[in-house]
Amino acid sequence: MNALLSQQNRAPLAFSLMALLLIAVGMGQSWPFALAIINLCLISAIMSLGVNIQWGYAGLLNLGVMGFTALGGVAAVLISEAPVLEAWSVGGQGMVVSFILVVITIVLAILVHRNMTSGWPRKAALSVLFIGAYFTINHFYEPSVLAIENVNPATMGFLGGLGLPIIFSWVVGGIMAAGVAWVIGKITLGLRSDYLAIATLGISEIIIAVLKNEDWIARGVKNVSGLDRRPVPYELDLQTSPWFMDMIESMFSGRLALLSDVERVTALKQLIIQGSSVFVKLCYTGLFTVVLIAILMLSIKALNSPWGRMMRAIRDNEEAANAMGKNVVRQHLQVFVLGSAVVGIAGAMLVTIDGMFIPTAYQPLRFTFLIWLMVVIGGSGNNLGAVFGGFFIWFMWIEAEPLSMAFMDLVTMGMDQASDLRNHLLKSAPHLRLFIMGLTLLLTMRFMPKGIIPEETRLHSV
Amino acid sequence: MPEFVDILNAIVLFSNFVLVPAISYGAQLALGALGVTLVYSILRFSNFAHGDLMAFGTMSVILITWGFQSMGISFGPLPTALLALPFGILCAIGLSLMFDKTVYKFYRVKKSAPVIFVIVSTGVMFMTNAIVRFIIGPSDQRFMDGTKFIFRPREFKEFTGLSEGLALKSTQVLTLTVAIIAVAALFYFLQKTRTGKAMRAFSDNEDLALLSGINPDRVVLITWIIVAALATTAGTLYGLDKSFKPFTYFMLLLPMFAAAIVGGIGSPIGAVVGGFVIAFSEVIVTYAYKKFFIYLMPESLEPSGLMQFLSTDYKFAVSFIILVVVLLMRPTGIFKGQSI
Repeated sequence: MNALLSQQNRAPLAFSLMALLLIAVGMGQSWPFALAIINLCLISAIMSLGVNIQWGYAGLLNLGVMGFTALGGVAAVLISEAPVLEAWSVGGQGMVVSFILVVITIVLAILVHRNMTSGWPRKAALSVLFIGAYFTINHFYEPSVLAIENVNPATMGFLGGLGLPIIFSWVVGGIMAAGVAWVIGKITLGLRSDYLAIATLGISEIIIAVLKNEDWIARGVKNVSGLDRRPVPYELDLQTSPWFMDMIESMFSGRLALLSDVERVTALKQLIIQGSSVFVKLCYTGLFTVVLIAILMLSIKALNSPWGRMMRAIRDNEEAANAMGKNVVRQHLQVFVLGSAVVGIAGAMLVTIDGMFIPTAYQPLRFTFLIWLMVVIGGSGNNLGAVFGGFFIWFMWIEAEPLSMAFMDLVTMGMDQASDLRNHLLKSAPHLRLFIMGLTLLLTMRFMPKGIIPEETRLHSV
Repeated sequence: MPEFVDILNAIVLFSNFVLVPAISYGAQLALGALGVTLVYSILRFSNFAHGDLMAFGTMSVILITWGFQSMGISFGPLPTALLALPFGILCAIGLSLMFDKTVYKFYRVKKSAPVIFVIVSTGVMFMTNAIVRFIIGPSDQRFMDGTKFIFRPREFKEFTGLSEGLALKSTQVLTLTVAIIAVAALFYFLQKTRTGKAMRAFSDNEDLALLSGINPDRVVLITWIIVAALATTAGTLYGLDKSFKPFTYFMLLLPMFAAAIVGGIGSPIGAVVGGFVIAFSEVIVTYAYKKFFIYLMPESLEPSGLMQFLSTDYKFAVSFIILVVVLLMRPTGIFKGQSI
C-alpha cells in the first residue's frame, strides 16, 4: 500500500519540484531567461511525448528523432516564407516534371515488383527501370536546380514557401513528418530492435544531408533567417503601441510614483522594453501550453483506451498478441507514424520560436539522444513521466553549464591565476554537461529503471 | 581507340582519387567494424559508444605523442604516434574495463534485453564523449610527424613521364600495413589459440560454452581488451591520415555499423569485407568521372557534365543508404552473420 501511495504521489511531487526550480531561476537569474527555458521545456515535453508514444507504448527504438524534428522545421519555412516567383518561373516547370517522373518511376517499380515472379528477370527489369529513371530525371532536375539556386543566391536561391502564417506549419509539420515516417516505417519496421535503431539513426542523417545540400528546398547551409508571420506580436510593435505602454505604466504605477519626473520617463522606457520581451515569451508559453495539454490529453486517452491496451500487449509480448489476431506490423507502423507526427509538430514550433532554420544545428546528440534521455529518465510508458522528463532534462541541459562552470571555479580556486591547468579546466567546463547527462541516464537505468515517474502498474483484482 | 598513354593516365587518375584513398579508409573502417562485431557477437549488443571509445583511445595516443615529442623522442621517418599507440591502447582498455565493471556487468548478470544495453551504451557514449571533449577540446588536432609522402604527384610525373600525378602518403601505406598485421593477428588468435576458440564457442552458444567450463568473465575481459586495442588502432590510423576531431569520430559510428552489418554482424571476416565495401562505395559514388572519361573516350563522345552520381556532400549518406538496403534485402549480411 505504501509503495502504491508513493508511486501515486510521485508525479505531483516531481512537478512541484520542477516548478520550484523554474521559479528559483526566475528569481535568481531573470524572468525572461526562466521563460525562455520554460518555452523550450514545453517543446521538449512535446517531443518527448512523441518518442514516448513509440518507445513507451510500443517498444519501438526510433533513433531518428532528429530527422522528424528537422522535417517540422522545413514545414515552418515552406509555410511562412513568401514564394519566390522568379525561381518558380525559371525552374518550377523542371521540378514539377521531375516530381511527376519520380512518382511514375515508383508506380512502375511497384507494378513490376507485383506482376513479375521473383528471380533474375525481375531484378534486371527493376535495375533497368531505376537506371533509366535516374538519367531521365536528372535531365530535368539538374538544370532546374541550378536555375533556382542562381536566382538572387544571397537572399533567395530557393522556391520559397506559401506565405501563410507560420502557425499553420505546426499542423503541416506534423503531417510531413507523419508522411515520411510512413515511408520509413514501411521499410524498416520488421527489423529487430537494435537494427531498427541503427537504421533510423542513419535515415535521420540522410534527411539532414538532403536538407543541407538541396538548396532549392530551404537554402541548405545558407540557412533561412528572419521567419515572420509569427503568431505573437513583435517586441518593437509592442513598445510603440499605446495600450501596452499604458498597461506597463499601470502595472508599475506604485514603483514609478516614487521617482522624479525625469527618472520616471527613462525607468518607464526600460520597463516597457523588458516588459515587451516578457510579454512575447508569455504569449509563446500560452500557445505551447495549449498544444502540450491537447497532445497530453489525447495521449492519456489513447493509452487508457482499448487501443492503448493492445499496444502494451504487443510491446510486452509480440508473439502472444500476434496469436490473438493483432496485426503487429500494422500497429507498429501506426504508432511509428503517430509518434513521429508529434515530434514533427514540436520541430515546427521550435523553428517558429527561433525565427530561423539552420540545418547544421541539427545534431544527433541534441535532437535524438537528448530526447531519449527525457523519455527514459522521465518514465517511459507514462505520459506525465515523459512530460516531466522533457522539462527536467531540458532544464538540466541549460543549467548544467553554469553549474559546471561554478563547480570548476570552486575546484580551481586554490590554483595559480596564470596556471595553464586552471585555464584549461575553466575553458572545458561546459563539456561537463554531456558527462552529467550520461551519468544521469546510467544512474536512472540502474536504480530507477522505470524512470522518475514510472508507468502505472495495472493490477486487475478479480 | 584511346592511346595507350591515355589509358595509363586514366588508370593513374583513378588510383589517385579513388583506389588509394578508398583502400586506406576501408582499412580504417574495417578495424573499427571488427570492434563493433566482436562486441555484438560476444557481449551481444550494438555498442553505440564505440566511436567515442575510438576517440578516447586516439586522444590518449595524441597526448602521449605530445609527451614524447616534448621529451625529444621520435620514431625516425615513422610517426611518433606509433610509439605512443601501445600506451594509448592501455588507456582505452582501462576505460572499457571500467565501464564494463560499473555499467555493463550489472545488466549482463541480469540478462537484460539487448535494447536496454543499447540505451545504456548511449549513456556511456555521452560520458566518454564528455571526457574526450573535456580533456582535449572539441577542435581539430593534427599529430602526424615523420615523412609525409612516399612519393608526391610531381615526383611521380617526372619519374613516369605521364601527365597525371599519383600521390602516396606514408600514412596510407602505414594504415594498410598495420591493418593487415592487426587483422592477421586477430584471426590467428580467434582460429588457433585456446582462448580464441573459447571466445568463438561463447559467441556461438553461451550455455554450451559455460557447460564445457569456459570462464565467461575471462571471455568478456579479453573481448574488451581486443576491442579497445582495435578501436584505438583504427582511430589513430584515421587521425594520422586525416585529423582528429571528437565529433568526426562520433560520426564514424554509422559507417562502422554499416560495415559490420553489410559484412554480416558477428562475422569478423564480414567486418573486414564490409569496411572495404562501404569505403569503396562512398568514394566511387561521389567521384566526378569527367576527366577519367576524357582520357578514355574519343573527343566526340566527351561527357559534358561532371559525371558524378552524387555530390561529395552525400559521402556519409552513401553508407547509410547501403546499410538500409542491406538490412532490407539481406539482413544477415554478405557473410551470413548472426541474426538473433
